[in-house]
Amino acid sequence: MVAIPHGDDHGGAYGDDKPGFFARWFYSTNHKDIGTLYLIFGIISGLIGGYLSFMMRMELAAPGISVFNSEHEYLVFASMHGLIMIFFMVMPALIGGFGNWFVPIMIGAPDMAFPRMNNLSFWLLPTALICLLISFFVPGDASGNGFGGGWVMYPPLSTSGSPGPAFDFIIIGLLAAGFSSIFGAINFITTILNMRAPGMTMHKMPLFAWAVLVTAFLLLLALPVLAASLFMLFTDRIDGGTGFFDPAMGGDPEMFQHLFWFFGHPEVYIMILPAFGIVSHVVSTFSKKPVFGYLGMAYAMVAIGVVGFVVWAHHMYTVGMDVDLKAYFLAATLVIAVPTGVKIFSWLATMWGGSITFSIPMQWALAFIFLFVIGGVTGVMLANAGVDVALHDTYYVVAHFHYVLSMGAVFGIFCGFYYWFGKMSGYLYNKWLAGAHFWLFFIGVNVIFFPQHFLGLNGMPRRYIDYPEEFALWNHVSSAGALITLAGVFFFFVMLIEAFVRRRPAGDNYWGEGATTLEWTLPSPPPFHIFNTLPRIEESDEH
Amino acid sequence: MRLKRLILASSATFIAMSSTAFAAKPTEGGYWLQEAATPVMEDLHWLHNFVFIIIVAITLFVMVLMGYIMFRFSAKRNPVPSKTTHHVGLEVAWTIVPVIILLVMVVPSMRLLYFQDALPETEMTIKATGNTWNWEYSYPDNEDIEAFISNPLEKDEAKFIETYLKDNNVAEASEFGEPYLLATDAPLVVPVDTKIKVLITSSNNLHSFSMPAFGIKMDAVPGRINETWFQVLPGKEGTYYGQCSEICGVKHYKMPIEIRVVSKAEFAEWVANGAASHKDEAVQAFNDKNKTAKLGGGVTAAQK
Ligand SMILES: [Cu+2]
Repeated sequence: MVAIPHGDDHGGAYGDDKPGFFARWFYSTNHKDIGTLYLIFGIISGLIGGYLSFMMRMELAAPGISVFNSEHEYLVFASMHGLIMIFFMVMPALIGGFGNWFVPIMIGAPDMAFPRMNNLSFWLLPTALICLLISFFVPGDASGNGFGGGWVMYPPLSTSGSPGPAFDFIIIGLLAAGFSSIFGAINFITTILNMRAPGMTMHKMPLFAWAVLVTAFLLLLALPVLAASLFMLFTDRIDGGTGFFDPAMGGDPEMFQHLFWFFGHPEVYIMILPAFGIVSHVVSTFSKKPVFGYLGMAYAMVAIGVVGFVVWAHHMYTVGMDVDLKAYFLAATLVIAVPTGVKIFSWLATMWGGSITFSIPMQWALAFIFLFVIGGVTGVMLANAGVDVALHDTYYVVAHFHYVLSMGAVFGIFCGFYYWFGKMSGYLYNKWLAGAHFWLFFIGVNVIFFPQHFLGLNGMPRRYIDYPEEFALWNHVSSAGALITLAGVFFFFVMLIEAFVRRRPAGDNYWGEGATTLEWTLPSPPPFHIFNTLPRIEESDEH
Repeated sequence: MRLKRLILASSATFIAMSSTAFAAKPTEGGYWLQEAATPVMEDLHWLHNFVFIIIVAITLFVMVLMGYIMFRFSAKRNPVPSKTTHHVGLEVAWTIVPVIILLVMVVPSMRLLYFQDALPETEMTIKATGNTWNWEYSYPDNEDIEAFISNPLEKDEAKFIETYLKDNNVAEASEFGEPYLLATDAPLVVPVDTKIKVLITSSNNLHSFSMPAFGIKMDAVPGRINETWFQVLPGKEGTYYGQCSEICGVKHYKMPIEIRVVSKAEFAEWVANGAASHKDEAVQAFNDKNKTAKLGGGVTAAQK
């Protein structure tokens, strides 16, 4: 495929002539600036979502109700924590942030295919977040403000169970966030398929670009289903409206669960695939070796994406499905372990024979691999429908998905952040502060989530503000972990401030010979406009 | 219907019940599955432990391998990296070996799934209906037992009933007393060693009927009747506790499931007595004492 030479439609010459502050950040059509906006937005959302979870952990530190004013408030925090972390922290950071910043650079394109749509994609998100934040302060149900029906939004709790406007604001917010992602996905697909530099064939494309490409297809296919189901909830909520999910009107609440998880399961891979891509680059860079089994790595992601669409009902083993259906979903879910295993072993094989330095991004990558294995194998446990009957809706599930998200996706985000921080900001971070962040965070999240496996096995259900005394010990330990994690987050911000105050300049390629993708050929930070002359990828360049 | 039970309770002479042989609730500081009381849960234990061994082995393998690689191929020990990026044998191996492991796993997994899900010839039926926020139990194939509501006990109520039952030396008292957030004012009573079909539905929101020691968990969905089954093993008579396991609103954490498993003879006597128990008496005593306004199917005055 031949890359299309891209005219400079910003009117400026090659170089650093940036528009004024307002025009630059609010009308932005530059992929790097939009990427930066996404990252800042992700950090802000992460703080909000983190605050919500921290308060929950404090409440759960001991039996009894002490931190929250009402049970409803707790459920609101739990529901919003999930929604905000998924839609406004992980997705914007990984896809909008790193995707925008590095996909065009890595494939040798001057910018995204549709820069103005890119701007729209971003600005829909703060709008959406504001809608969600408003929902905290408007009536949800008779018990108080905000929506407390869980991030999964199952009816009837999200229809007749939450008659107030709080949930309407969530619907509007999530629809806006969904359209943001759909536009973003269209942009990434078009950019990656049409704007690769001459010689950059699909099979030479860096794995992060592959990861974002697969993710974009998942977004494009999954999010319309979410949008449709949200809209069905919306019309079901209207007095005298529809009854898609209302048994009294011939509907079925379980249909929503099928629709939701048809989106929700691919969503899991939407959050983890970009992290897979980042980790591949980091492992390769710091082992000073090309990625092992490049094609296997790329097509394992494609396989995960495809199979990810046909396993959704493993979230629904206890809804009363036909046993043969459960058997199918059990088998299909186990299949995902195979391409995931290919990824894990390929990372290890990349390191094998390498010359490994344990810089901060590599520490995050190694922790990612190990913790993702733990989250992955508990996923294999949960895939067994028979065992899931004991574990469904318990803290075992909470532990499992936080190992793949709070440790998987979030470790992937920090891995990418430290890897590219110098490239994006032009400054080097302080290694000691970054190390303190890593170790406190690493220890903290493990102390939070590992004991939750015990709670789940022992039978503690999710979404409980109060629990029998028998669960006190491990909840106590888990809450202590939240304090350690908080200290880690503190060092993250200290690290950021220190780096921007000290301004130690970063060179073009501060990681050295192992870093081989195109972003390392550009200055740090890259000029406002890049690749006015498209780079040529040599025939001999091999992965 | 509560009222009738209470009248029966106070007038009937109680049959001395054999002492509690077995019971299950979450273990203090526990880190494993609750002890099994049914064949399904026994099999579930087995499958869990089987899969557990496999996943621990995989995790340890990856951990050791990673540790070795980090040690052996650090920049200090291995300054010159190799350029190997392909090894067909390896790539085939790490695709095939997991497939084999999964095949080994899927056989017992399917066996448990079908054992759990395929209803055997059941000997009796009970029906559990989730309300906001309590459970209603009925015995559809036994007209002598009226449907009744099982409300969670508030802290003071639980304490009072626990003391009352102990003071009156009632053998039916659970060996755990009346644990807050687990105990109810009216447990579901079932005979031991009987294949029991459970019909589960809901009157409004979603709920989930869960009993960890039995290996059952089934969502209560409005407009739909789900079914599952259990058979408590002989010798496992006692009191069992579970909790609602699908978010159902503000009192989601406070709609426990309490099942009292008794011998077949005791069950027959319980039925003959109009499904009355000492606990009803204790609850009545508590209500008399406090004059707490407590409606039949309603919500207890909010604590706090
Ligand atoms: Cu419930």
